[in-house]
Formats: sequence, structure tokens, C-alpha cells
Amino acid sequence: MTHSFGKPLTRNEDPRLLRGEALFVDDVELPGLLHVAFLRSPHAHARLLSVDLGAARARPGVIAAYAAEDLGDYWKPGPLLVPPPPVPGMVFHQCCQVPLVKDKARHVGEPVAMVVAESRYIAEDALGDIAVEWEVLDAVGDLEAALQPGAALVHEHLGVNVAAKVHQHRGDYAAAAKAAALVVRRRFTYDRGASIPMETRGVVAQWDPRADRLTVWDTTQAPVVIRNGLAAMLGLSERQVRVVAPNIGGGFGPKMMMFYPEEVLVPWAAMRLGRPVKWIEDRLEHFFATTHERSQIHDAEIALDASGRILGVKDVFLHDNGAYDPYGLTLPLNSQCTLLGCYVVPAYDSVFTAVFTNRTLVTPYRGAGRQHGVFVMERLLDIAARQLGIDRNEIRRRNFIPPDAFPYDQGVIYQDFSRLSYDSGNYAPILAKALDAIGYDRFIAETQPRARAEGRALGIGVVCYVEGTGIGPYEGAKVQVQGSGKVSLATGIGSQGQGHATAFAQVVAEQLGVDIRDIEVTTGDTDQFYWGVGTFASRGAVVAGSAAHEAAKVVRQKILKTAARHFECAEEDLVIADGKVHVVGVPDHSITLGALAGLANPMRGAVTPGTEPGLEATSYFGPAGGATASGAHAMIVEVDPLTLRPTILDYVVVHDCGTVINPLILAGQIQGGVAQGIGNAFFEQLHWDEQGQLMNASLADYLLPTALDVPRIRMDHTVTPSPLNPLGVKGAGEAGAIPVGALFAQALEDALDLPSKEIEILEMPLSPSRLWEISNGG
Amino acid sequence: MKPAPFDWHAPETVDAALALKAAHGEAARFLAGGQSLVPAMNFRVAQPGVLIDLNRVAGLDSLDWLADGSLRVGATVRYRMIERDAAVARRLPLLAEALAEVAHPQIRTRGTLGGNLSHADPASEMPAVMLALGARMELRRASGMREVAARDFFLGPLTTALAEDEMLAAIIIPPLPPDTGTAFLEVARRRGDYAMMGVAALLRRDGAGRCAEARLAFCSAGPTPMAAPVAAASLVGTALTGADIAAAAEAAKAEIEPMGSVQASPAYQRHLAGVLAARALTLAAERAA
Amino acid sequence: MKVRVTVNGVAHERDVEPRLLLSDFIRHEIGLTGTHVGCEHGVCGACTILWDGAPARACLAFAVQAEGHDIRTVESLAQAPARLNALQQAFQDSHALQCGYCTPGILMTMTAFLAENPKPTEDEVRHALSGNLCRCTGYQHIVDAVLLAAERGA
Ligand SMILES: Cc1cc2nc3c(=O)[nH]c(=O)nc-3n(C[C@H](O)[C@H](O)[C@H](O)COP(=O)(O)OP(=O)(O)OC[C@H]3O[C@@H](n4cnc5c(N)ncnc54)[C@H](O)[C@@H]3O)c2cc1C
Ligand code: FES
Ligand code: FES
Repeated sequence: MTHSFGKPLTRNEDPRLLRGEALFVDDVELPGLLHVAFLRSPHAHARLLSVDLGAARARPGVIAAYAAEDLGDYWKPGPLLVPPPPVPGMVFHQCCQVPLVKDKARHVGEPVAMVVAESRYIAEDALGDIAVEWEVLDAVGDLEAALQPGAALVHEHLGVNVAAKVHQHRGDYAAAAKAAALVVRRRFTYDRGASIPMETRGVVAQWDPRADRLTVWDTTQAPVVIRNGLAAMLGLSERQVRVVAPNIGGGFGPKMMMFYPEEVLVPWAAMRLGRPVKWIEDRLEHFFATTHERSQIHDAEIALDASGRILGVKDVFLHDNGAYDPYGLTLPLNSQCTLLGCYVVPAYDSVFTAVFTNRTLVTPYRGAGRQHGVFVMERLLDIAARQLGIDRNEIRRRNFIPPDAFPYDQGVIYQDFSRLSYDSGNYAPILAKALDAIGYDRFIAETQPRARAEGRALGIGVVCYVEGTGIGPYEGAKVQVQGSGKVSLATGIGSQGQGHATAFAQVVAEQLGVDIRDIEVTTGDTDQFYWGVGTFASRGAVVAGSAAHEAAKVVRQKILKTAARHFECAEEDLVIADGKVHVVGVPDHSITLGALAGLANPMRGAVTPGTEPGLEATSYFGPAGGATASGAHAMIVEVDPLTLRPTILDYVVVHDCGTVINPLILAGQIQGGVAQGIGNAFFEQLHWDEQGQLMNASLADYLLPTALDVPRIRMDHTVTPSPLNPLGVKGAGEAGAIPVGALFAQALEDALDLPSKEIEILEMPLSPSRLWEISNGG
Repeated sequence: MKPAPFDWHAPETVDAALALKAAHGEAARFLAGGQSLVPAMNFRVAQPGVLIDLNRVAGLDSLDWLADGSLRVGATVRYRMIERDAAVARRLPLLAEALAEVAHPQIRTRGTLGGNLSHADPASEMPAVMLALGARMELRRASGMREVAARDFFLGPLTTALAEDEMLAAIIIPPLPPDTGTAFLEVARRRGDYAMMGVAALLRRDGAGRCAEARLAFCSAGPTPMAAPVAAASLVGTALTGADIAAAAEAAKAEIEPMGSVQASPAYQRHLAGVLAARALTLAAERAA
Repeated sequence: MKVRVTVNGVAHERDVEPRLLLSDFIRHEIGLTGTHVGCEHGVCGACTILWDGAPARACLAFAVQAEGHDIRTVESLAQAPARLNALQQAFQDSHALQCGYCTPGILMTMTAFLAENPKPTEDEVRHALSGNLCRCTGYQHIVDAVLLAAERGA
């Protein structure tokens, strides 16, 4: 039988995408379709005094216009998506986003009014007709200033701008610091960026009064949760709502956030107006209205003994939450937990304060806070190694969690509310492979000195990281053999380009012996699969993939049982291959899966009691805990010593994500992740002025890396299967992006020989301009 | 991001276009390649009530070599046509070299030199190149025509000497004298972006190999394209040694007024100006040899 | 106003406002939704089409301007339904797309590029690609696909 599991197969989803036939949300056209535009707050912080929609409503082509007052009881703050974790003594203030501004606007771009018109062009014209009176307030931007007494308040009723405060610790850091040969203390900053998928968000909703059903096409990463929430808000049963997340043009996290105001309002308007309604976010809106990530300030210290062994780490950090906190504490918790990295840290004391600011909301974006943790820890180790005179790789090796220590309990609470425990791992071979692949020793001994003698600035960087992936609670999958012999698979997660239609097909093919091209995978349609959570935290392949595996195993049993009855033989004597079943040794005498599906669904006669019709099974999988992937990135960079423009000469990723389902898709995930990491490290930064205005809200000014900015990436793997799922897989979606900031800092310092001038890179992101200032001591 | 409504006219003659402009005045804008105007309209920062589309006007889309060796670029000649012209690459290598840095092929398919110069973005490469090449702008209005030198054409950010009823009809670029070397260099964040700093350098040597003429013009260095006449003059008569060039590059930094942006601080821009001027002058000196 | 635009060899006559962007005309008036829109300010390249054979941004032209010109979109590439042309096939073989949103614009850019430069180097491919943003792939497999198509003589 042909095995497809583990093979670099090309994708099932590609032909339609390549021919331009695939359906994206903005491709949905319906008779009578109306179009929405939102009036958004021009101020970061301002009291709303009045909104006059009269002129807008009177404009020809405008069907309706709504402000907060017009929503009546439907106006409610959104739900808290992720409740705070059970950490003793923690503080959490829930303030969720609202559909339309009622009392005051808390960030630029917050929606104030909604116009529904015959075309988007007319809807935008009508925005100009709306008269709004504002009382502008001081904007809260700077994280430290926000916590000073007398600071303007984002949410006045709280009396402070503190969204949350969480203290986690293990061991006795004070004692560790006292016993240490060296304590390194630094301040690290990481500024805001955004995920910027090439497709913006969008929602189309259609109410069908005859079927009594609402259909919503949404660029969400979590269609099932949207369905449930919409049903509750609109007073419908879940059966009456179908949410379809068709092809999605990239997600990376922010399309997981819910409920966005537009997601709440568009279906409501469609029901109210009795006509289908479409809203497609434009790129300008996207910069304000889709969530961001990343601002944190860490005051961190590490205590080590003379041999470079870590005795303890202390970290106090501020996290920029933006104006509301529907996503709870996922991000800062990820930072807090991921900081521990691949290392044994006997004493850890970490406290963070999440801060409300007058900026766009912050929710997970690929890496989701892990970048910050890795940046802080890797930088601390680099500095400590230098001060102790130990090689930077050696200090990492000395502190790796040994391979026999797994499962390894880190003693802190993770974003999934369980204790952070690494399921499996083996870090030293990963680092060794990375060093070997990048040619570390030769670079240090020969290449770099030679380059320096020629006046060239070449540097090398090597960093390590772990990535918590594949967390619960669960996903499900339904596998069914069709009468045609083709197999269908449906799951509740959405897909944004990760190749699920292929990877899951490979998982199923392994059990059912069919060509993956004969397996049709549906993701993101709540009519096809009822239950699910969503695509985030690199969990699709792990959790939904495992569910698909379990369901396929059951279908396999049903196939064998039906075929055994047909051939009147024992199940053990049967072979499933190439879409057929035959008796061992008699390959010419076979029956197709399609025919068996027919036999399993008899139209006349009697069946044995307890028999279920069809070759079909639904299974669910909920992992006991997250699967921890790990890896190392290494790069050689050349910097123009005068313009400070870097060129990456070589880039290596060594990654361990357990069992690999499809190495081609995995390579794509890693390459794409590294590209985003490079963007985050050296190109992408959201710039704000004092009034909380975003200064670079366009793709001309917010710089996504191009084909000339991302190098060829060489890749290698080690495999430490996860014991927590039947496939042994670990997620890989975020691995490419997580350590790149730390890598850039190390490699650029090295290239410019900054340590010799006692200059350190302690911030992200960088730019040539900023690097020039830093290397001139600014 | 959809444009506000407008009336669209697609005249077929220059006279008709000018008559429309005269009739509608400030409310009307010419539309050339649309690669600056349409994005501005999509963002609704520009909301012209009338668009006079020049793309169907006869006679504006030709590239001609005049008897004196000058290149005459009609107002709607697209970048794509210029960059594919072998004679331009040979006779005006500075233009060709700088064009390659302007945006991307997809933008150059439609974008025009005339539209670019009328737009007068001080960050754009082309105005600086026109300054260095001593180009002249042929401006037309219903009642006549005038020529304005590049150095008098750019008055400020997005501001030119074009009067409300005038059209830029053509750009006339004089030929390079013999023994002249040119170079264009820039540092942008990414390929195709407007530069954080860019410089066009032109050097002519005399019979003895000494510098007979020097010009330097910068983009992203102030409210208009910025020439550095003092620095350039300091090179005349020198042998263009490394030291001569370094001194001139340093001097040029004092002649510009970089304003900074989200991508680059003014101090970094000024630093880049010195670095790029030195490199471009070195290259131009080699090429003039 | 009435406009007649030829897309993929077929003339389409519609009554439109002058302000209708060519990208919206292609997608929503004649229903060829393969051409995508990612920014409407000319930077992302998702809307790239061929305008008289040369790659151009459909979001930076008005539909009324396209009258009399030959417009080609991604739907014109495959020679028969359910088939892929050589460039498209190379994209699938190289795993050159993830979400596929940027892909149509990249295919159109590369179609024009390969027609002029049938045997490009990697560096030339990267330069030619730099006017199209892809947020998913990191470009490497796209570069591989274009080189593969060139090698196969696409
Ligand atoms: C993604 C992207 C990247 C870019 N990168 C760069 C870059 O790196 N460097 C750079 O220099 N440019 C860049 N540009 C801008 C590009 O060069 C524009 O094409 C050019 O600036 C304008 O030329 P156009 O023909 O498109 O003019 P249009 O956009 O049609 O017009 C521009 C302005 O000039 C006026 N105008 C046009 N023609 C005339 C005329 N004959 N007489 C009087 N007024 C006239 C118009 O009314 C309008 O105000 C970029 C554009 C994009 C979309
Ligand atoms: S949509 Fe046209 S370039 Fe982005
Ligand atoms: S494949 Fe998603 S943007 Fe390119």
C-alpha cells in the first residue's frame, strides 16, 4: 500500500487557488447585497458628545445608518474569550470591546457609526455626511506613564490603567541572587507590530426567512465559536446559524479574536434589513481595527554561578494591552512561561502588569508573547556568557534541561491553565546540528577575522527556543466514505493556508489506504462539523489531526468489518489498499470502498441490531497538555558598516516538532514564520504620536519584508515525538517567528563588534536608522 | 478605500485638455499614470471633482531625441517606455540607473515621468535626477507655453511652478557632455520604496583629467530635491582624489535639510547623505575616466 | 457611463461610475474573483493584472480607462478547465502558496517576467518578485517555483 503520511506531498487545495477559483469572503456575491462602511473614531481618547446621522440617512443609495443608541439592547460589551488563569493573588479587570462607541472612544479606529448602502462607494460617501461632536481627552500611550498617579484613565471606573497583575514564582530567587557569582540586570523593550495578513477581515451575512436561517461568511479562525456566540446574541438556536470560514487569506492570530464589532453588527443588520450585507475591511481600517501585538517592557535579571549555571531569573514586566482585554492574559502568560525556554531555572520570580492604553487591542499574533520571553532570556544569556568569559553556545548547553528530565514541570501556570510541563525534548543535538550547519567554528576562527581585516562587518547569531503548541481543550473530526469511494473529512477548525486539506488527508489516507487526492477535507463550515474551538497556538495539526486519526481508525474498523462480511472471511485476512479491499494473496478479487459504503447502507432487508449505517465515524481529541516543540536558529549577517543595512548571508533552522506529517508543508510553515520574524526584528514597527495617532497606517509605511529581504532558509530536523497524542506530532506554526528578534540582536551586535564598545542591543524591532543610533551610543 | 465621485473627461488633444482645466480650475486634476493620484483618491486625501485623463491625448506619449541631442519626454510617456529604451540607457545612464529604483515594474508600467515631476514628492528620485541633469519643464496653458528649469520648478513638498491652468507637456533633458560620469545611489528600507536618502552625482573631467564640472542632487533631503552647489563647486579643479571627494561629501551634508520620517531620523539621513555622496562621486569619477 | 472592457479576450459592457476601480470592475462587475485586493494603494500586488501584456495594479486604474485595452487576469492562465498551466503547476509542485491570496497577482507578474526573461537567475526572480507581498511563504518556494517553471520551459 502507498504510504503518504510523512511524505512531502503537494497540496490538495492548490489547483483551485492557482486558477483563481477558490472562494474568499469578498468573493461572496448575493442578490440584493448591501455594503457597509464604518465611521471610526479619529481620536485615541475622546468623549462622544453627539452623532448626527440625518444627512447620511438622507443620501441616495443609503439604506440605513446606526449609532450605538440605535442598537437598543443589542448593544453589549463583547464576551471575555479567555478567563484569567487560576493564579493565586492575581488581579484582573475585565473590560471588553463594545460594538459602537457610546460614551467615549478608547482608540483611533474604534467604530462609532455604521452605514449600510447599495455600494461600498456610497457607504463611504455617507461617512462624510455624519456630524460628530467630540471632547478630546489626553491619550494614554506610554506604559510607564500610564501607571503614574494622575494619568488619564482608559476605563475611568477602574481608577487605574491596570488591566491585570500576575505574580508567579518558584524557588527562592532572593537566595539565588545572594549565592550568585554574577547577576546581570537589564531593561528590554519590544515594540508593537501587526500581523497584516494579505487578506483583510470581512463578514457577509444573509438571513433566509424561508429557511429561518442565518448564514455568515467570516474571515475567522474560529467559526464554531462565532456561530455559538452569534446565535446567543441574536436570540437564535445554534442550528439556525451557519458560519462559513471559506478560504482565508492568512490569519496569524488576529482573525482568532472575537467578537470584533463588525462581526456582531453585520449579521444583525442583515436580519434587520432583510437583505444580505457585506463588510470588507479596507487596508486603512485594518491598521486600526484588527488587533495588534507586542509592546512590552521587561526589567529582568539573571543570577548565575561562576560556571554559568543559572541559579535564578527575575523579571518584572509591563504589557501593553490596548484599550480592551477580551483575550484575557494569554499573551503576557506566554511571555512569562516561554522565558524559561530550554533551560533549568531553579528559581523564577516573575510579575507582570498588563496596562490599558488608548491603542488598538492587543491579542495573539504568531508567537503570541513567546518572542518577548525568548528575547529576554537569550539576551540575558548572551550578556552573562560574555561577562563570564564563556562561549555563548556553551552557556546554553550547560543549562539545557537534560533529555532524561522529561516530562519536565516548570512549576508555573500556562495559558491553558494547567501547569507548564514540557512533554518531551532533547535540546543539545538541535544546537549541535545548528552550529554544524552554519559552520560556527570556522566562522569564528577564519571567516570573521578575515572579513574584519577587510573592513567588512560580518556577524553570527545562534539562539534556542521552545514553543508550547497543540494545547486543548479539544477538536473533532468526522470521516466518511462516500458512495463514489471518495472519503470526506470535516473538522470544526478554520484553515488559513496551513495545508490542513492535505495534512489531514495524509493522516486519513494512512488508515484508509486511499489516494490523498480522493480525500475531500472541509474546514471552517459549521454545517459540516458542529463542534470545535479554533486554529491558534499551532494546534491544528496536533489536535484536529489527532481527531482525524482517531476517526479514520474507527472507519477502518468499519470497512474491515463490512468487507469481512462481504468476503466471508476474517478481518485479519483483509488488505486495504488503493481504495479497495481484498483478501490477502487475492488482489484481483477486490471490492471498492465505494461499494462497501453502499453495502454498509442497505436500502432493504434487516440489519443486525446495533448496526450504524455507512462507513462513518466522528471522533474527538483533547490532549492532556500542550506539546512542546523546540529548535535553534542560526544566521550569518553582513552589515554595511556605514549605512547599517544588513544582508543575511546564511540562515539555518533546526527544529524538533515531533513526528512530521508533511515535510513540504512544514518547510513552508517555518519559512513563512522566519519571514515574519525578520519583519518583526528589522522592518515592522507601528509608530504613534503623542496623541495616539498611528503614523504609518499603510503598506507603503509599515514594511512587510519582500522577496529580497528574506533569505533562503536551510532546514534540518530532529524528531522527539510527543507522547501526548497518537501521532506524536507537535505544532510548528510559530517556530519560525519566535526567536528571530533574539537572533538579530546577537548577530548584529557581533557583526558591528558592539560589545567591544560596551554597546548592547536590548530592544526590538530595529531599523537601519535605529541601529545607527544605537551603535553611536544613542 | 474607494474614491469620492468625480466627473471624468478623456480629451484627445492638448488644447481640449487645457480648455477643460481652464474651465474647471482648482476642482480639476490631470490624471497621468495614476500611480500617485489614485492611491491618494482611494484614501480620500485627494477628492478632485473633475479628472482630466491625459492618457488619450494625442502627441503626449512620445520620447524624442531633439537635434541638439536633448531628450524630450512627453507628459504621458511611461517609465516602462523610458527604461526599455536602449538609447536612454546609453546616453542618459543617470536617468536609467535612477529609474530602476523607482517603485516596481507593475507601477512603472503605468507611472509617468511627467506625473512624477508634477507630483513633486521630495522623496522621489526623479526630481533630484532632473536637477542633476539640468532638465527643463515645458509648461503649456491655453494661451501659450513657457519653459522652467528644474531648479525653479520644485517649490516645496508636492508644490511646483505649475499654475492652475497649466499642464506639464514635456520634459527636456539636455545631453551629457563628453567625459562625464554619473551615478545614482540610494538607501531605501526595501527595494522599490521611496529612499531614506538618495543622491545623483555628475562629474565632468577636463582634458587633463581634472574635474571641470560637478553636480550633486539629493532626494529625501528637504522640502524639494536638494542640490549641493557649494560641495559640488569644491570639486572643480581637483583631481577627484578620495580626499577631495570625502571633503565634498562632508560639505554636502551641510547643504541639505532632511526632515526625518518614521523610517529615518534626520541625523541618520544626514549621515547617509555623506556616505552616499562619497560613494556616488567615487563611482561617477570612475565612470568619467 | 457605459464602458466596454475586454478581459481575457471577452468584451464586457457595463454601465458604471467613472470612479469604479478596475479591480472592483473585474471582481464584482464581471465576477472574476481570482484577482484579489489587499491594499488599494498599489503596494501589495495582489491585484496585479496584465494590461496590454504588462503587469499593472488593477487597484490604481479606473475601469473606464481600460476601454480599448487588453486586460488579462489569473483566470486566463489555465488552457482548459480543471487544468493548470506550466507556471501554475510549478507553483503546486514547489508548494509556492499557502493561503493563496497573493498568488494570482504573483502569477501574473511572473507570467510577464518569464515571457521577457525565460532563463532568470534566482536574484533576478527575487527582484521581479519584490513588488508582490506574500505574508505566508517567506518567498523561498515561490522563487523555487519560478525557477522550476523556467527550467521546464514554461
Ligand atoms: C507602490 C508604489 C511605490 C512607489 N514608489 C516610488 C518610488 O520609489 N519613487 C518614486 O519616485 N515614486 C514612487 N511611486 C510613485 C510613482 O512614481 C508615481 O507614478 C509618480 O509619482 C506619479 O506619476 P503618475 O504618472 O502615476 O502620475 P499621477 O498619479 O497620474 O499624477 C500625479 C500628480 O501629478 C498631476 N499631473 C499628472 N500629470 C500632469 C501633467 N502632465 N501636468 C500637470 N499635472 C500633472 C496629477 O494631477 C497628480 O496631482 C510609487 C508608487 C506606488 C504606487
Ligand atoms: S490591491 Fe492593488 S496593489 Fe494591493
Ligand atoms: S500565500 Fe498567503 S499571502 Fe502569499
